[in-house]
Amino acid sequence: MTSPTTTQDRPSPELETEELTGAGIVVRALRDEGVEYVFGYPGGAVLYIYDELAQQDAVRHILVRHEQAAVHAADAYSRVTGKVGVALVTSGPGATNAVTGIATAYMDSVPMVVITGQVPVALIGNDAFQEVDTVGITRPCTKHNFLVKDVRDLASTLKTAFYLAATGRPGPVLVDIPRDITSHKTHYHYPEKISLRSYKPTVKGHPGQVRKAMQLITSAQRPMFYTGGGIVLGNASAELRKLVRTLGAPITHTLMGLGAYPASDRQFLGMLGMHGTYEANMAVQHCDVLVALGARFDDRVTGNLAKFAPHARIVHVDVDPSSISKNVRVDVPVVGDLQQVLLEMNQVLAESDQRNDPQAMQAWWAQIEEWRQRGCLHYKQDDRIIKPQFVVQKLYELTGGNAIVTSDVGQHQMWAAQFYGFDRPRRWVNSGGLGTMGFGLPAAMGAQVAEPDSTVVCITGDGSIQMNIQELSTCLQHHLPVKVACLNNHYLGMVRQWQEFFYENRYAMSYVDALPDFVKLAEAYGHIGLRADTPADVEPVIREALRLKDRMVFMDFQVDPQENVYPMVPAGAALSEMILV
Amino acid sequence: MRHIISILLENEAGALSRVAGLFSARGYNIEAMTVAPTHDPSISRMTVATRGSEEIMEQVLKQLNKLVEVIRVQDLTEGPHIERELMLIKVHAVGPDREEVKRLSDIFRGRIIDVTDRSYTMELTGTGEKLDAFIHALDPGMVIEVVRSGASAISRGAKAI
Ligand SMILES: Cc1cc2nc3c(=O)[nH]c(=O)nc-3n(C[C@H](O)[C@H](O)[C@H](O)COP(=O)(O)OP(=O)(O)OC[C@H]3O[C@@H](n4cnc5c(N)ncnc54)[C@H](O)[C@@H]3O)c2cc1C
Ligand SMILES: Cc1ncc(C[n+]2csc(CCOP(=O)(O)OP(=O)(O)O)c2C)c(N)n1
Ligand SMILES: [Mg+2]
Repeated sequence: MTSPTTTQDRPSPELETEELTGAGIVVRALRDEGVEYVFGYPGGAVLYIYDELAQQDAVRHILVRHEQAAVHAADAYSRVTGKVGVALVTSGPGATNAVTGIATAYMDSVPMVVITGQVPVALIGNDAFQEVDTVGITRPCTKHNFLVKDVRDLASTLKTAFYLAATGRPGPVLVDIPRDITSHKTHYHYPEKISLRSYKPTVKGHPGQVRKAMQLITSAQRPMFYTGGGIVLGNASAELRKLVRTLGAPITHTLMGLGAYPASDRQFLGMLGMHGTYEANMAVQHCDVLVALGARFDDRVTGNLAKFAPHARIVHVDVDPSSISKNVRVDVPVVGDLQQVLLEMNQVLAESDQRNDPQAMQAWWAQIEEWRQRGCLHYKQDDRIIKPQFVVQKLYELTGGNAIVTSDVGQHQMWAAQFYGFDRPRRWVNSGGLGTMGFGLPAAMGAQVAEPDSTVVCITGDGSIQMNIQELSTCLQHHLPVKVACLNNHYLGMVRQWQEFFYENRYAMSYVDALPDFVKLAEAYGHIGLRADTPADVEPVIREALRLKDRMVFMDFQVDPQENVYPMVPAGAALSEMILV
Repeated sequence: MRHIISILLENEAGALSRVAGLFSARGYNIEAMTVAPTHDPSISRMTVATRGSEEIMEQVLKQLNKLVEVIRVQDLTEGPHIERELMLIKVHAVGPDREEVKRLSDIFRGRIIDVTDRSYTMELTGTGEKLDAFIHALDPGMVIEVVRSGASAISRGAKAI
């Protein structure tokens, strides 16, 4: 919990480095770390830090309207750029507001450093004004956290925080800094490298295991790739494409993996899992070798564990040994970083001429095409009422598939995942593990900050958008021209769907009455609001929004309130037991 | 099955609560937990007695290893090892019981470490089972207070974990 270095590791004061205050050290460390943006919200405990931030311009600050949004924005910034996102909040309520954001990033393994202010060291434990045990509260939802009690430990603690966040299985790391530490002075020395005896993530795959994996994969009659967020997080897309194309095998992604393999490629079968495609789920259930890469066998993916992939022997590559054989027993485990391990796998493949039996592969593909013919994502177009799927399809067409899409949680999120074909990684930003409503808009801000010239679309719902709607104000202040596409069904639609399917149509508290007029609301915040009531309005509204390149536009699509997400695997059912349209 | 897990971790404030928090958050059972610095003051040794299936134990070990401050983890029950626990026990000792308690303590190789005219306080070490046996050997009404350290354990042979 305290700082990682011992007294002996501290640089000797004779070393001729500058003397800086703790606050100065924070800002200098961020600069030395190459941080360009910090998302935050000020308060008493961090005012020295804000004072320092204001006196330089290498590190820019985005002022949000709620600390949760600061963390989501920093999180999305990281997901889009691959860099470590940084958020800065004050003690007490600032820290507790940030917790949902931190837990969201933790569940999706997003590298982040969150700096929280704390009451002065002498007051810790005194129920002081705006004191909470931030390190205690965030212990279970951070990869690691620190309380800095001596300014001489500050620089090395920050360095360690960045190192931990970005290496191994990434995740958020929190550094809690008492107010008095930010005013104390010491010589600034930012370590170049960090080495911790207790933390040594495995990067290279064990060569024997890699060979064994390739042996199994190439001897399969019905191979199937199932890959997840680890490919995106590990920047392993290029190597993955190479491997899967060389083998000619089918591939599916988890919700978190979308974009790693091009959705427009024939070998891609769509997402798997609860709302996965018929062909992807059937292929998993019928394959004889399942190759899981950077995916963690989440219960939304496996359905009934006992019936999951019953014929498959399983290869699993993951940087985190605790992901392996956690839910499903694995036959060939490989611990390592995916970019590295996939490189090794491609090498093994290049050096051998063992390939899957072409006849078996042909039969396998014939079967898959038959499943694909089922057209499981088909929906009935109507000329009076807007189908939500249609909106996403139009968004895809009119943005040329090139937008960064963020989302919230609910039906709209699933339609976004199913109908926006991602051909590249880091274009799809959503909260999968925690499923945090309110993620979408602040995430869109973080994405827009990361890529000012890209089109950023937040596909959201009438429920979710209201969980961080105040961020429309941030969009104005910081000129973030994000495009919100609200699939407004006047329901907590995902809840309504469950109630329709599993609670005999008793719609308890899922109807959202008294919705605001989103067009006027957007206008009140200084933005543009557009509304689509009929299918004919959809395209013109999207075109207009995209034409207004420099403006934040809120598109309110009045969609079919009764539409459901299909396919659906009911909780507890086997993956092949899908409810289809 | 019962397992004894030995953990070397950075001797830092909060490291203990990380381990304890892990067990409670993931629903792992803790029978006993002891912690103290080793001969290297920067490292603490923690010993956790726990129960669980093989799959659960595999996760326990992996999750422990994942904690940033944990240096090394080993399930001692996988190999030959020695387990000891310290018990301090205070009992009523009046009349004929006084001699009986003394005799029993000798049999269990206990030592009387405090005496009043109505009580004995004894110190015993051994496996948990032996300490249980001692308690059972006493008349339940006699026991005033029991303080047990929880298991400590070390592997047999010349190597450290
Ligand atoms: C309403 C709703 C519905 C959902 N429905 C579905 C659904 O139908 N289908 C679906 O798939 N999900 C669905 N989810 C998401 C689901 O809850 C999980 O978040 C998701 O399935 C997990 O994805 P993942 O397995 O790719 O793991 P991630 O959470 O992305 O984990 C990444 C894994 O990769 C590893 N890793 C990270 N970096 C590296 C590296 N460099 N090298 C090697 N390994 C690395 C990590 O250790 C981890 O094991 C839904 C979520 C919501 C909110
Ligand atoms: C913070 C939070 N609270 C509650 C939930 C549970 N939940 C999941 S989806 C959903 C409904 C979302 O409604 P909306 O944003 O309108 O999306 P829709 O399903 O209608 O597309 C709810 C309440 C959640 N995921 N997150
Ligand atoms: Mg809704």
